[in-house]
Amino acid sequence: MSKATREAFGDALVELAREGVDVVAVEADLSKSTTTAKLADAFPERFFNVGIAEQNMIDVAAGLAVSGKVAFTGSFAVFATGRAYDQVRNTVCYSLLDVKLAPTHSGVTVGPDGGSHQMLEDLALMRVLPGMTVLVPADYNAAKAALRVAALTPGPFYIRLGRVGAPEVYPEGFEFEVGRAHVLREGTDVTLAACGIEVSEALKAAEALALEGISAEVIDVATVKPIDVDTLVKSVSKTGRIVTCEEHSVLGGMGSAVSEVLSEACPVFTRRVGVADTFGTSGEPAELMEHFGLTASHIAAAARELLG
Amino acid sequence: MPDVELIQEKAALMRRDIVEMIAEARSGHPGGSLSSADIVACLYFGGVLRHDPSNPTWPERDRFILSKGHAAPVLYAALAEAGYFGRDHLGTLRKLGSLLQGHPDSKKTPGVEVSTGSLGQGLSISCGLAAGLGSNPGDDRQVFCLMGDGELQEGQVWEAAMFASHHGLSNLVAIVDDNGLQIDGACSEVMCLGQIAQKFAAFGWHSIEVDGHDVSAVCDAFADARSHDAGPVVIVARTQKGKGVSFMEGNAGWHGKAPSADETARALEELSTVERSAS
Repeated sequence: MSKATREAFGDALVELAREGVDVVAVEADLSKSTTTAKLADAFPERFFNVGIAEQNMIDVAAGLAVSGKVAFTGSFAVFATGRAYDQVRNTVCYSLLDVKLAPTHSGVTVGPDGGSHQMLEDLALMRVLPGMTVLVPADYNAAKAALRVAALTPGPFYIRLGRVGAPEVYPEGFEFEVGRAHVLREGTDVTLAACGIEVSEALKAAEALALEGISAEVIDVATVKPIDVDTLVKSVSKTGRIVTCEEHSVLGGMGSAVSEVLSEACPVFTRRVGVADTFGTSGEPAELMEHFGLTASHIAAAARELLG
Repeated sequence: MPDVELIQEKAALMRRDIVEMIAEARSGHPGGSLSSADIVACLYFGGVLRHDPSNPTWPERDRFILSKGHAAPVLYAALAEAGYFGRDHLGTLRKLGSLLQGHPDSKKTPGVEVSTGSLGQGLSISCGLAAGLGSNPGDDRQVFCLMGDGELQEGQVWEAAMFASHHGLSNLVAIVDDNGLQIDGACSEVMCLGQIAQKFAAFGWHSIEVDGHDVSAVCDAFADARSHDAGPVVIVARTQKGKGVSFMEGNAGWHGKAPSADETARALEELSTVERSAS
């Protein structure tokens, strides 16, 4: 099964509302794409469409949060974080409000819409904000669980969702634990730390490396902030080397976060698989994964390089 | 009926506090704090805003959002005067460890609903707040949002203006402190705002224009706003920047500058016509 993480957005909102959680969603004219339309259909009174006005979207959500609601916001990652950054910083985070940004269409797998719409800097922007928790779920089940835990945990959250199908990594009913990285495969030679859609690529890379006699440990760094230092240190203490894998710029994202903490806690040789310091471009998602060097074969190559 | 004399007395006390706290802090924004003192006094001491200083998070309270967050001193003066915190805190404005940050910080100051300071955001926040509170049938809690006129140059204000009328937010009252000046000079010269009341009207709001220093008229405008149940209301209050201190009045230079010791003494002398009551 390969459902997109964005599909979890509307599903989680409807589930939470049915359970009596006081959730609302504020959308900026993208409800069908982000799937917040599911909440609009089931609970119209819990849905606010601001039109094409992302700054207003974030601050209307802030106001709803001040009134006592758990306020989710939609739109695409590029607009929700970039266009409305000051609103996220100065109102949501500075006031520590229960606003949960769950924009979709992150990364190059947006596809043909091209570089203007492929957000590759959102993790960098969001993780530097005090008070912000940053989650990058690997698949539909993890996304639904991440959205649930965000709704039930006080404070600002950023949940990074994608447009295209993500191979299933976690079973239905998986419970997301904020701040915990998951060791999905144990190994001794190299650590592959991935997030989002790259988790399944890292698992494939580990399979390929195993055929060559290389034992790769795969860790899902599903919480980019606060990052799970202990799990990372434990792993690299054993393997001595790490490849970070993310559908994001190599600047400022999960790979940077991992490098920051390991450079202090347990310095090891590192390779960062991600998009080089560049914008995206039009193409089919699979072509773009290949073009920008994000596939399992690129991850395996980086691991071999470290072992070489 | 509002007690006009009481409001005027409170406004005068607030103006003294504004000048004193900014002088003590050696930085801050006197011009826009003084221009909105009468409006804020009407809200807090004219029976407009339902609130309980002994219980800042009283669920039934109305909400006040100071969108023009640089006018924090006027809010702090009102909150101290109302008893949200001790007056001794006023002397700590803008200092390390203070409850009273340079711009309102809801994490630190009792009575501050949400942090502001980056202009153009308060009306959006107020829209969300009004929509959230108004989702309860029969709920008559009101949301008041005070903006500067220069602030209306932020495009987000008009995104919010559309939202408010689209959703018929009749529990939302915006007030524009229309003092005509911004940091770089006259608003009309920096970036002309045109007819503010008409602009809001064109966005589907009920607009009321009033002299922002006539507390009786301001209270009447708030009463009109509360009785208006067909969408959001804006009160465009014509004011004078620096009102109450002759050498600050109508002078953009006093937007964000602290008075010297000599200027402070002169300002307080002018404002001393209303003596602080012993209590």
